[in-house]
Amino acid sequence: MDVKFKILRFDPDKDKKPHWESYQVEMEPTDRVLDGLELIKGRVDGTLGLRRSCAHGVCGSDAMLINGKNLLACKVLVKSLPQPITIEPMRGFNVLRDLIVDMEPFFAKYRAVKPYLIEKDERPEHKERLQSPADREKFEDTTKCILCGACTTSCPSFWANPDYVGPAAIVQAHRFIFDSRDQGKEERVEVLDGRDGVWRCRTVFNCVEACPKGINVTKAIGEVKQALSKGELDPPK
Amino acid sequence: MATHQFDGIIVGAGGAGLMAALQASKTAKIAVLSKLYPTRSHTGAAQGGIGAALGNSEEDNWEWHMFDTVKGGDYLVDQDAAEIMCQEAVEAVYELEHMGLPFNRNADGTIAQRPFGGHTRDHGKAPVRRSCYAADRTGHMILQTLYQQCIKQGVTFFNEYHVIDLLTNNGAACGVVAVEIATGEIHTFHSKGVMFATGGSGRMFKITSNALTLTGDGMAVLYRKGLPLEDMEFFQFHPTGIYKMGILITEAARGEGGILRNGSGERFMERYAPTLKDLAPRDMVSRAIHQELRAGKGVNGKDYVHLDLTHLPAKTIHEKLPDITDFVETYMGLDPTKDLIPIQPTAHYAMGGIPTNSNAEVVIDEKNTPMPGLYAAGECACVSVHGANRLGTNSLVDIVVFGRRGGKAMAQFVQKAALQPLPADPEAPARARIDKLFNSTGTEVVARIREELQAEMMDKASVYRIEADLKKMLEIIEHLKKKYESVRLIDHGKKFNMELLEAFELEHLLQLAQVTVTAALARKESRGAHSRDDYPKRDDANFLKHSLAYPEGSGVRLSYKPVSITRFQPQERKY
Repeated sequence: MDVKFKILRFDPDKDKKPHWESYQVEMEPTDRVLDGLELIKGRVDGTLGLRRSCAHGVCGSDAMLINGKNLLACKVLVKSLPQPITIEPMRGFNVLRDLIVDMEPFFAKYRAVKPYLIEKDERPEHKERLQSPADREKFEDTTKCILCGACTTSCPSFWANPDYVGPAAIVQAHRFIFDSRDQGKEERVEVLDGRDGVWRCRTVFNCVEACPKGINVTKAIGEVKQALSKGELDPPK
Repeated sequence: MATHQFDGIIVGAGGAGLMAALQASKTAKIAVLSKLYPTRSHTGAAQGGIGAALGNSEEDNWEWHMFDTVKGGDYLVDQDAAEIMCQEAVEAVYELEHMGLPFNRNADGTIAQRPFGGHTRDHGKAPVRRSCYAADRTGHMILQTLYQQCIKQGVTFFNEYHVIDLLTNNGAACGVVAVEIATGEIHTFHSKGVMFATGGSGRMFKITSNALTLTGDGMAVLYRKGLPLEDMEFFQFHPTGIYKMGILITEAARGEGGILRNGSGERFMERYAPTLKDLAPRDMVSRAIHQELRAGKGVNGKDYVHLDLTHLPAKTIHEKLPDITDFVETYMGLDPTKDLIPIQPTAHYAMGGIPTNSNAEVVIDEKNTPMPGLYAAGECACVSVHGANRLGTNSLVDIVVFGRRGGKAMAQFVQKAALQPLPADPEAPARARIDKLFNSTGTEVVARIREELQAEMMDKASVYRIEADLKKMLEIIEHLKKKYESVRLIDHGKKFNMELLEAFELEHLLQLAQVTVTAALARKESRGAHSRDDYPKRDDANFLKHSLAYPEGSGVRLSYKPVSITRFQPQERKY
């Protein structure tokens, strides 16, 4: 079938501001949007800039606005979309070229929540730490995050205040706060409880809709809010 | 032009590169370069698990794991290296857990384990639960966990830097040259140690589970410098790729009880591997599927068979195989609890690669002489722990064990080694490569050459091979290489010029395909993943040896070196 695309293009060396360009390519209905972009790049216009790698929704490279929604280009089939399919970069980050945005501020926020297991006790020798399946389940959902940025860039609170740490970073904090092995919960309070922390979340649920891994982001943020309210993340007395 | 100086450079930020970085950066000044963001690396796509004889669910020991690895690799495995890997796998898994990896757990809180292809109790008696897993996204968890630890440790990263040349001087490695993708600027990284951990080259085939970025860059960069590649004729086809797309459906689907069925609904693996059945090693299952297809037993006369999970409890599928459930729903519109899944073998893993010893030092000749300061680990390397066919889960074992050993070895090396001076005009070859592409007046297009290469390699050099096809394939590669000489870029910009990057990648794929086919043509036997229709038997008398391929003129020169055999003498391989 013929598939029409409208892509928001921006070349920093030539363009003052982004402009739309239209393309048409021959595709199978079951092809991914990413296949269409690759066809355009390979056959029609080699100057199209986008990031992509795994092409099946696990690496998080190709989040973009597709028909106005944040989606991974490799996880949506062309047959499911009305045409022309409009493609834009994610909102709220600086556009570096076409669909490529500056992810550094996003990763800076990720790093700010200390996204790693904080250990105080010695590691056990020649064996694993024990963790019950029930304790493992408490943070299962937030381990799925692939850091694609779809949630953060769909969040009105983030658009209004780019300093907001954002849903993705809170998801990462949740993954450790609710891990029974983590011993540094209080180290994340300053960022999460601060003026640009979790309280900026207005439970709009855009993030839940945007997450390509099906993480219940708003629920995770709610659990972090509750833990902060109850003082569960305060330093041990 | 910019020059950076470090003790050690690690190229690639998947599991092997990050593990090496964690080790080496404890005592040395290390930088990690990746053409991607680290969390985009393909380690994240590994699904089913990491094998280690923890014995949490039933009796197991590393020697059984080693036996399975050697037999699975059709006795081409270097047994000294396999012994190290299977022994150290156990501590490596504990270390990953200590770093925070969220493994699934048993009721007693220990790491959960499940069966996997070719992993057996007591030298082949029955399947054993050895694969330690985190649902069906074990690789994602490993990649995330290692990257988290790198952040904690403050490891230095240069993200989106594409390495296109290795620098050497006085017979030792002394750095790399990279293109900064965001700006197009060329950077020289001057160092005492260099490690390549750049992953595989599955994109030389049309149907592959590999990321679009898996173009064998590390292997090709070294090969271009005249260094050899080992056992490149051995490329694994995973039996269960999603039909036409190649997206991986983990072997854990069969580990959890899934069954392969042909067009008439028959569980055909019972005929090919009476003991392990659907959990036979990947090379055997992929061949069995092809034989069914050749016998006209595909589904509806087409070139696929079915993976059947419909008899499994929906809870098992949703809890232990959630990602593949998502893939099947997203890409095929099917529900694996109710529908049969159309699958075909998909190009999955390069057993061959940059020859190394068990400290991940790159060795450059038949006598295993190391090049000072040069290391390789993970899929781009050939230790060789996978021999002619890798067992499922052993890729993750490999990256963790040899990434760590390589990182340690490099850290020790840079403590005592002197920094070699840079060669004169270190960026000249890289600049010449770029200028040639930008100044070309030809008419050829990168994407079209790549498509032709992928389709022809799939047709002529995949699961089954025969002399006439391989010879024809070499001619096609010659032709495509000529076309590549006339490639013209439409994009002449500097910032995020992805067309330039893809041109380098295509050149790498063409070179590696030529090596693969040349080595496959010369290996007149069938062993592991290398199956010759015209030489259907394994031939230990003539071919129990590793191939080494060197560039020579526009062609390939082959040489061979012996296999390390310590505990297990070659036997007939039955399951």
